[in-house]
Amino acid sequence: MSKRNRDWGNTLQGRFLRSMRFGCEPLDSLLVQRLDASRDESAVRALEAEDTLRELQQNERVAMARDKQVDFAQDVLEWSQSKGRKVIGRLYALLSIVICVTVIVLLMETVMNMPAFGSPAAPANNEVAARYIEKGMEETGAVNIVAGMILDYRAFDTLGESTVLYIAACAVLILLRIDRQKDGTPTQELIAEEADDRAFEPENDRILQGSAKVLTPIVLLLGIYVILNGHLSPGGGFSGGAIVGAGLILYLNAFGFARASRFFTYKTFTTVSLFSLSFYALAKTYSFYCGANGIPSGIPLGTPGAILSSGLILPLNICVGMVVACTMYVFFCLFRKGGL
Amino acid sequence: MAFVQNFPFFSILLCMFGGIVTSVLNKKAAKWATLLIAFAVFVLNALTWRYTLQTEGSYAFMMGHFPAPWGNEIRVGRLEAALATLFSLVMFLTLAAGVFNLDNHAEPQKQNLFFVMADLALAALLVMLYTNDLFTAYVFIEINTIAACALIMVRQNGHTLVSATRYMIMNLLASATTLLGISMLYGITGHLLMPQLQQSVAALHQSGQYQVPLTVVILLLTVGLGIKSALFPFHVWAPDAYTNAPPVSAGILSGLVSKGYIFLLIKIYYRVIGIEVIRAQYVLNILFVFGILGMILGSVSAIRQQDVRRMIAYSSVAQIGYVFMGLSMGTQAGTVAAIFHMLVHAIAKPALFISAAAMTDASGEHKSFHFLRGAAYREKAAGIAFTIASMSMVGIPLTAGFISKVRLSTAGMSQPGFAKYIILFALALSTLLNAVYFLQTVVHIYRRPTLEEQLTAPCPLRPMRKINRLALLSLSALTIILGILSGPIIQSIFVGLLSFS
Repeated sequence: MSKRNRDWGNTLQGRFLRSMRFGCEPLDSLLVQRLDASRDESAVRALEAEDTLRELQQNERVAMARDKQVDFAQDVLEWSQSKGRKVIGRLYALLSIVICVTVIVLLMETVMNMPAFGSPAAPANNEVAARYIEKGMEETGAVNIVAGMILDYRAFDTLGESTVLYIAACAVLILLRIDRQKDGTPTQELIAEEADDRAFEPENDRILQGSAKVLTPIVLLLGIYVILNGHLSPGGGFSGGAIVGAGLILYLNAFGFARASRFFTYKTFTTVSLFSLSFYALAKTYSFYCGANGIPSGIPLGTPGAILSSGLILPLNICVGMVVACTMYVFFCLFRKGGL
Repeated sequence: MAFVQNFPFFSILLCMFGGIVTSVLNKKAAKWATLLIAFAVFVLNALTWRYTLQTEGSYAFMMGHFPAPWGNEIRVGRLEAALATLFSLVMFLTLAAGVFNLDNHAEPQKQNLFFVMADLALAALLVMLYTNDLFTAYVFIEINTIAACALIMVRQNGHTLVSATRYMIMNLLASATTLLGISMLYGITGHLLMPQLQQSVAALHQSGQYQVPLTVVILLLTVGLGIKSALFPFHVWAPDAYTNAPPVSAGILSGLVSKGYIFLLIKIYYRVIGIEVIRAQYVLNILFVFGILGMILGSVSAIRQQDVRRMIAYSSVAQIGYVFMGLSMGTQAGTVAAIFHMLVHAIAKPALFISAAAMTDASGEHKSFHFLRGAAYREKAAGIAFTIASMSMVGIPLTAGFISKVRLSTAGMSQPGFAKYIILFALALSTLLNAVYFLQTVVHIYRRPTLEEQLTAPCPLRPMRKINRLALLSLSALTIILGILSGPIIQSIFVGLLSFS
């Protein structure tokens, strides 16, 4: 009976049940105990010592590798700060020279192969330009062919160009405008800018003010003339607007923000550009719609040469002129003190 | 002329008008006005698309009283209408989803100017899609450049200003290059409208006249528009700009603005120069190399990033590489795949930028991966949107990215000689790399945060509102719809492209 029991203990079943009950084989744990008891302490110590040694060596190796890396990085840093700067600088200079020379040679070669400038046989002198020159006055009512071309034949491009000016002004507003706080009190930055600007503002500069008094009306009048006469003589919205803008800037420089802001504030800018660009867009929407659908637009062209002629070109010139003048003035103000 | 045919013109003018009017509105009114305009533009273009599907071919629309070689024109076909519809929809959803944290990035008094820029960027995008006139395209490239720069610098801190400056310098260089190309082309042909240009260029190619200027024109236009669309070796401005801009701007810039330039380049290749002339030059080979390098090196750079938005920005460079690779095959199938991939990227990238921003906001504005652990549980909608957009970028079936990758590889198979192996290898490698960084991030944001992290999780400054989440999820839905029902769109692209040449 007892023998059988002992055997049962060693069968698979018995071992399984035992392990379920005790978690591990008591025989194994016995073995482990016995081994532990008989273990030679010196061997353990030797092993431990070996481990520590290995660990030390490992640490040393890691440290050496790190030192090497740090040294390398230090070397690279030093090199880049001393000699490397020169070498890389020279490399960049050399590369940029090579690229520039390549592009120059390429473009020179191209220009040599282009049709000669002003030659009557050049491809640019074709039926397109011929119609602009021969029929331009008849079809657009504008004596100034350029005005007829940009504001009637290719009016969509010009709408895009005015929008470029407007969007540029908006981008500068984002970048440079210094806003008041929500309750309307000026921020620290705004106060500092104002003070800074006042320090540089010429106060009662007799010569400047005297000449500005004479010049500003003349400049503004010239600008208005160039805008209004844009369909009759060289000029138009872009050039006239630039003249008006220059006149406004002159006035501002002579008399300061306090007087200029009596007639030109941020609100003036938004109102004027909103009004002129909306008018431009709406007028051209109507005109394009009529043109594309073959409906007569009903805008009279008038007699070429009269001041009230050439259909939409005159009002569009005025719109473009106002946008350009405002944009120039606003650019100046924003760059000077970050506001109007 | 049917009344529907006016709709593209109306949508362009509507955007420009919106850009003018929003400057005087306050920020809330400006936001609603812009959203309304974007949605109206979507509806108008969708109707136009339906009209072009019902009729054969395309039509030219006179912008004024004067016909083709004298006046401006836009041209409306299936391809243009389809792209305009989807791009305006993406613009609407991006703005609707992304404005939730604009207050963190932009001064309140200047936010109406942000919407001015968004309106005008949409107008410029539409004009670049529709225009039939090369100079009009240039004018609107200028508008697009200024608008994009302002969209970046609406957030005013040092990093943003530096990257906006870099953007400006690179893009003005590109503008100058493009303008030089256009004026030289005018010098040798005497035309600015695309159909007339195509005839003149074909005649020049036949007669062998002005060959050097023609080659230089192609080079200048390719380089100019390549810089603007962040093609690989000219991409240095892109990662900084996309990382430091407000997330909604980054979405608009990488998703929509760059696509306008690529589509313009496709138009120049097919409708101005003619693809036969382009194939005779070697410019496609250069684009092929740049595209392949961009696909691989862009992804490699993306893997190395610690900042999640920088990773998405570099991934953008890789995706633009795919588009240019498809374009450089010079075949119909390749270009169709490239245009479809453009769409895929335009839908996925805004979703990625905005959902990443929402998750970083919910994780205390930390942008590195370490803090994003479990972020998808903090902002569930953003987590889902990020996952779906990532899957689309990797190219997992049922998403739109899968279709474009299949199309790209089947188009690549028909390439002669060694090129097909390079294309397949690059596609496989790039997909693998995409999977490494995108799916890793997805796994990371869905990892359960430890108890300690849950307790210390900061509450977001401005959580997304329901409407933002809805718009973000709509972008994801669009990705899946495009992946399942890609047929009609590919049909439109294919037919539209056939009518180009």
